[in-house]
Amino acid sequence: MTQPPMELVCPAGSLPALRAAVDNGADAVYVGLKGRTNARNFPGLNFDVNTLRRGIEYARARGTKVFMALNTYPRPEGWADSVQVVDIAAVEGVDALIVADMGLMRYAADHHPDLPLHLSVQASATSPDALDFYRERYGIRRAVLPRVLSIKQVAQVIAGCHVDVEVFGFGSLCVMVEGRCMLSSYATGESPNACGVCSPAHAVRWQETAGGREARLNGVLIDSFAPGENAGYPVVCKGRFRVRDQVFYAIEEPTSLSTLDILPELYRLGVRAIKLEGRQRSPAYVGRVTRVMREALDACHRDPQGFVPRPEWTASLNDMAEGRTHTLGAFHRAWQ
Amino acid sequence: MKLALGPLQYFWPRERVMAFYEAAAGWPVDIVYLGETVCSKRRELRPADWLALGEKLAAAGKTVVISSLALIEADSERLSLKSQVADGRFPMEANDATALALLAGRPFVAGPHLNTYNPYTLAELAALGAVRWVAPVELARDTVAELHSRRPEGLETEVLVFGRLPLTFSARCFTARAHNRPKDACELACRDDPAGLPLATRDGQNFLTVNGIQLQSADPVNLIAEVASLREAGVQVLRIYPEAEGTEVVVRAFRACADGAATADVALAQIAPHFTGFCDGYWHGGAGMDWGGSPQP
Repeated sequence: MTQPPMELVCPAGSLPALRAAVDNGADAVYVGLKGRTNARNFPGLNFDVNTLRRGIEYARARGTKVFMALNTYPRPEGWADSVQVVDIAAVEGVDALIVADMGLMRYAADHHPDLPLHLSVQASATSPDALDFYRERYGIRRAVLPRVLSIKQVAQVIAGCHVDVEVFGFGSLCVMVEGRCMLSSYATGESPNACGVCSPAHAVRWQETAGGREARLNGVLIDSFAPGENAGYPVVCKGRFRVRDQVFYAIEEPTSLSTLDILPELYRLGVRAIKLEGRQRSPAYVGRVTRVMREALDACHRDPQGFVPRPEWTASLNDMAEGRTHTLGAFHRAWQ
Repeated sequence: MKLALGPLQYFWPRERVMAFYEAAAGWPVDIVYLGETVCSKRRELRPADWLALGEKLAAAGKTVVISSLALIEADSERLSLKSQVADGRFPMEANDATALALLAGRPFVAGPHLNTYNPYTLAELAALGAVRWVAPVELARDTVAELHSRRPEGLETEVLVFGRLPLTFSARCFTARAHNRPKDACELACRDDPAGLPLATRDGQNFLTVNGIQLQSADPVNLIAEVASLREAGVQVLRIYPEAEGTEVVVRAFRACADGAATADVALAQIAPHFTGFCDGYWHGGAGMDWGGSPQP
């Protein structure tokens, strides 16, 4: 095996989460600045320039890279804020800016040609042609693949393009192709693309009724839970609905993505980085999932052929997973 | 204002598709977008069939555009797209970054599934060869107006004014899932749903439409009352998506409104009997599912 090791890229929604990721073995952390410029625009989350500097200092001292996510699509009124994020990323010297919008890529390439750019999963690029296009036009060095490709398709992308590929390894599962899902704004007016939120908290209402606990999103009944049933956060794609006279998880069950079982295969195909989802999660969560995936990646790199996921890793990840269960998602053809 | 017939989003039997476009050749639409945008397994019409249909519509005086698949996954889909681009008989609508990469340098339409949210992205698209852009479905009137006013010279602005909103795409087929089948053994279940498969909430609200790997709004967007505000925003092309019923009525109603030959009230009264409801929330800056300034009942 001559492949370089896969980099472990971990979420940091706050300085304590960043420290937890760094301390537990992240090769890189990714952060966002407060506001609509990143896709985890939640109250109380994310960095300002001050905490960013402290985060970079902490990470650098321990050999960990810092990436910054600028992964929303600014409308005209948000353009100035987004451009400011590009400038901050360049001035503060982050190791890469993760970007989705073509206008912002142009700005970054023109104004900060030395700032390394990664193509965000939100850019929705799923083919070698698309990845090479962003590389040739804007100098993109790495791309995060949307969670819609099977393993075979990931292999084809890697073999056919000149861009390093990063894939999601663990965390909440987007069922729809990232960057092109309007389900949240259809129900609430606010989308990941435009506002950096999916199912904004202010639109969520929990109601206790005789029939159970109802989860509503801007009035729309996403699901209703019987006493004792595990009640997940109401995102449209994880609700129960009626189709063809059956009530079921018509889009997807509450579950998390986990690639633990296929790490050697991803390594063999030439995947360069494994990304963990979860900037909205607690520092404790980030630390724990980082530690498990660090151990798993190290084991995979040491002996890919002999790699077997340890039961305690699987148990630990399941414990942290949505619905306490996991899936390979689109990597596994049968899921589709 | 020009009218455009957007690409057919559903999977209809070949005869139905042919009959639909034979009729459409006589409707007052200026532009017709053809081709499969949702699922490459839908092969009632092959790419060559769409091109032949394009020739007929062009002979009837329509401007024909071939729309690309919105989500490219398999290598076979890439190769099919490459041969469509190579054919070059008609301009194409790019609906993902793969199509953008392949079409760069020639005139193309930047489709609604590209993320065009600001004038800088619009400038990039124009530099790549875009001659028209179709606003993403979630853009509000004010945003469209601003992008239009700051667009590169010569670029046309098109907005979806009627039809079920194409909200999102997935690797998973939700029609197959509703039939408890994996996508690889879907048996083309979506062919039985000429208007998609309704998805309702547990308390009975019509919420979405399942259309294979695509999810749509439950009801069509309907901006018939907004023709004046569309014009004010500078919109030059009004897009109507083919629906299973009533499309001709919709086309004629929009034509009449755009020409000042009918009021919005009269036009809406003509359209309304053919549908169970509408939405227009995005245009007003709200939730896409809202209608007439108020949430869905």
